[in-house]
Amino acid sequence: MAVVELPFPPGAYGVVVVGSGPAGLQAAYELRRRGVDHAVLSADEAPGGMFRTLPIFERLISWTKPEAPYAHGSREYELYDHNSLVADEERCQACMASLMDRTYDVPSRAEMEAGLARFAELAGLRVRYGCRWEATRNDGEGFVLETSDGEYRCRAVVFAVGVTTPWTAPIPGLEHAAHYVDVRRADEYDGRSVFIVGKRNSAFEVANSLLPWARRIVLASPRAIRTDVLGHSPLRTRYLQPLDEHVRGGFGTSIVDASVERIERNADGFRVHTRGTSWDGPLVFDCDDVIAATGFRAPLQDLTRLGVTTVADERIPAQTAFWESVSVPGIYFAGNATLGSPGLRKQGLSSNSGSVNGFRYNARVLVRHLAEKHFDVAPPRPLVEPDQLVSFLLRELATAPELWIQKGYLCRIVNLAADGLRDDGILPLQIFVDEPGPDACAIAVEMAADGTIYPAVYLRARNRVAEHPLSPHPLHDYETEEHRRALSELVDPLLGST
Amino acid sequence: METRASLVDTLAQTSLFADLSRPELEAVAHEFDEEAFAEGQRVLRQGLSGSSLYVILDGAAVVRRDDEEIARLGRGDFFGEISILTEGPPTSDIVAEGVLHCLVIPRPDVERFLLERPRVMLRMLRAEANRLRGMLEWQS
Repeated sequence: MAVVELPFPPGAYGVVVVGSGPAGLQAAYELRRRGVDHAVLSADEAPGGMFRTLPIFERLISWTKPEAPYAHGSREYELYDHNSLVADEERCQACMASLMDRTYDVPSRAEMEAGLARFAELAGLRVRYGCRWEATRNDGEGFVLETSDGEYRCRAVVFAVGVTTPWTAPIPGLEHAAHYVDVRRADEYDGRSVFIVGKRNSAFEVANSLLPWARRIVLASPRAIRTDVLGHSPLRTRYLQPLDEHVRGGFGTSIVDASVERIERNADGFRVHTRGTSWDGPLVFDCDDVIAATGFRAPLQDLTRLGVTTVADERIPAQTAFWESVSVPGIYFAGNATLGSPGLRKQGLSSNSGSVNGFRYNARVLVRHLAEKHFDVAPPRPLVEPDQLVSFLLRELATAPELWIQKGYLCRIVNLAADGLRDDGILPLQIFVDEPGPDACAIAVEMAADGTIYPAVYLRARNRVAEHPLSPHPLHDYETEEHRRALSELVDPLLGST
Repeated sequence: METRASLVDTLAQTSLFADLSRPELEAVAHEFDEEAFAEGQRVLRQGLSGSSLYVILDGAAVVRRDDEEIARLGRGDFFGEISILTEGPPTSDIVAEGVLHCLVIPRPDVERFLLERPRVMLRMLRAEANRLRGMLEWQS
């Protein structure tokens, strides 16, 4: 009889990661790469996290383009592939690209799950599957995680547990409705009248999928849809069709700005009482089905009791720029939950941390930070030749996937060290702006309120930071003579000191 | 253990929003984010462009100009509006004192937010008038 030995038996580790979805896998990869003692635990039986079951109607909203001007595996290609995890070794890179059946340039759920499993396999990542995190204590020196397999002690813990626990708004009667995660096959709504509570991604995903089947679809929530914002959002791939029917006056689909006051169950189905928010007065709907597409929360278990502060009605843990709980040091988050660290929000732009493309970089930066802060593992900070500085920064501005996908949130930093200029790599812009440090420059890609994308330069001198936006370019080419001249002038004081 | 009122209930107790109906409060809670800041974290940064309007839902903050504390803010107070209305960067830092919870109205949304809710705008104007009177009395 073969005995399969599970990795990471209960005991003491430097860092424990909980979760085996994309963020858990990315964190596991980075911890091993940096040589930090760690364990990875997952209640699931296989990698993939939420993508083992969601989205219900099987397609993501972020692109993977098999064809691109850059080779699969190059850093630049990551801009064309928002769904693969990131790695140093070429064989682990761009896992999604060859799995796409090319019906669309966004993967199906099954393709995404397969891509994550392939990454875990190619990278040889070890995870203790079937090990459920059950309770958490702070023992003064670190944390103790009680699991179904025993106790784990660690100095820091990374929760990569997703934001996929159904959350139901406190509306009387909504408990009779099916939550999004319990929606049935689309053909089972044949000829039915369906009321969907919610107007965000999951609501539109359901509405779009029921369009060929349902007799009538109503989506309602208090917040008005803003079509000017929608155009800049990846959600548009879901929103377009039901919204299009509504705005053109199709009677089959209605999108209503209303607060849902209560839901009554009766012999024929449901009666939904609503009150307008962008208009005055009540509206009552009779329907066969009510679906609560009211979103999700992070499964924080006992962490709030431990003192972890949350926002949005306890759905998301509030985090610092390095994704640490704002109230319990040593507890970190990875994955979707890193939405709880929105960044500087310049011109209203928050981090892009609600999908794999953004949070894969967060996990990488988080592990770099954990390794340096808790385990004295400093990241490499290679020298930059002074005459190469401007070219290096312009190239980063033009092609760095971290800067483009996490606009206004992640930046690249070059420090003036005792022995010359040192590339400090990718870090949150908020850290550069708020934390003291050597004289340095940081670059970021930012977006103005009207959607214009432009490069930005931040200079730190004697711990005062000044910002300098550079000109936008219609094709985002920042390696022009004009940009070279402008950046050269800005970094001149830094170069003068080398 | 932290037990907090729902976001809508918290907004309902905030004087800036005292004239809004329950459905209007729900719309505000749906449209705008709550953010929580760690002790010592900066919320507004003196001289850095593009910042938002913040309404304190819980906790306290310090107003600091050139590293000198000039005022303190508490629950129900708001900040960031002067920078937005004058279209310049903030003239002070705002720093969280203990964990600070705020509602965030992003800069590009503020004008529409106020124009659609004239009673909120009037309450904001009253608060500004009170601040101005306080400053004038202090100077005289």
